[in-house]
Amino acid sequence: MALKHLKKTDFAATVDAAPLAMVDFWADWCGPCKMVAPFVEKIADDYDGKALVAKVNIDEEPELAQQFGVMSIPTLVFLKNGREFDRKVGVMPPETFTSVLDENL
Amino acid sequence: MSFDVLVIGGGPAGLSAAINIRARGKSALVVSNPLEENPLWKSERVENYLGLPGVTGAELLTAMQKHAEADGVEFLAGKALSAAFMLDKWYVSVGSDVQEVKAVVLAAGVTREKKFPGEAELLGRGVSYCATCDGMLYRDRPVAVLGYSETARHEAEFLREIGCEVKYFDRPRDCVISGEGMVEQVLCGGETAKVDAVFILRPAMAPTDLFPGLGIENGYVQADRRMATGLPGVFAAGDCTGGPLQVAKAAGEGLIAGQSAAAYVDALARK
Repeated sequence: MALKHLKKTDFAATVDAAPLAMVDFWADWCGPCKMVAPFVEKIADDYDGKALVAKVNIDEEPELAQQFGVMSIPTLVFLKNGREFDRKVGVMPPETFTSVLDENL
Repeated sequence: MSFDVLVIGGGPAGLSAAINIRARGKSALVVSNPLEENPLWKSERVENYLGLPGVTGAELLTAMQKHAEADGVEFLAGKALSAAFMLDKWYVSVGSDVQEVKAVVLAAGVTREKKFPGEAELLGRGVSYCATCDGMLYRDRPVAVLGYSETARHEAEFLREIGCEVKYFDRPRDCVISGEGMVEQVLCGGETAKVDAVFILRPAMAPTDLFPGLGIENGYVQADRRMATGLPGVFAAGDCTGGPLQVAKAAGEGLIAGQSAAAYVDALARK
């Protein structure tokens, strides 16, 4: 399973080391997040070895959510070596996320 | 369990679609607000529904819902918030849950409210349509709720319970939401509230917010003779497709949409 669940303690090291990463900020009381979850899981499998796909539970990691200014979930943040270059807020078709990854592989 | 068809809306169009989906041997889940919040509920006399002159809207809705229940239609109270399509399945979020279905009948009626200035621009930056989704992000902070139903009051209560400082606006007509990059204030009918978030809780999501890419003409959902929209497995019926906004038209379109949805599910199975 390529999908990683990140915490404050390992977030920076993991994301900084990844040339391309997609991080899904979510919580288990959020329906739209549950909807994006299967897309994120599939993308994690499809992009295994090409991009880091990770999830951050904002209930467990409120500081990370605050650090990224997450104001609505799901929020998917795209980063290159830890630097954010794009984000998508809300439910979108999976192609929206894969096209951002494909353009930046 | 997962259902064959999700019907969004529990009025005459949605219920008619649902019983016809059941008649074709498919399972159907109707997502709707409480029956009493349907605009037809308040109608004192429906004069032109064939065979039942002078029936009240409440009587008609009650009878229709009983009929659907007797036919094995399942019900879920709530509001569809977002939808996405992947690998021949629709994923539709309702409150804090997700329904995974093969086809959808959109029969959510008409949304009369226009978007407010600032609403689209600040969506996801403090503007939210879902208190249970985003409320936790605003704990201990001031928020406004623009409520358009009884259900919205419950959602405002939920926000209070989790610690938000809630300013409730009851069915405001003219609001302006403003802020630099994020919500800073909302002005409704001359009253300004300094808030970090604005929850806009209308009875239903606008069809194009729910299904991006849905064809719209003169404010109504475009559907063909089979009640098919341009999106795979999405059918529409009732007031959302245009006038006349009457029960008989809604029930008739629901019948066609239900049959079309069932035929689509059969075709998927043969694929």
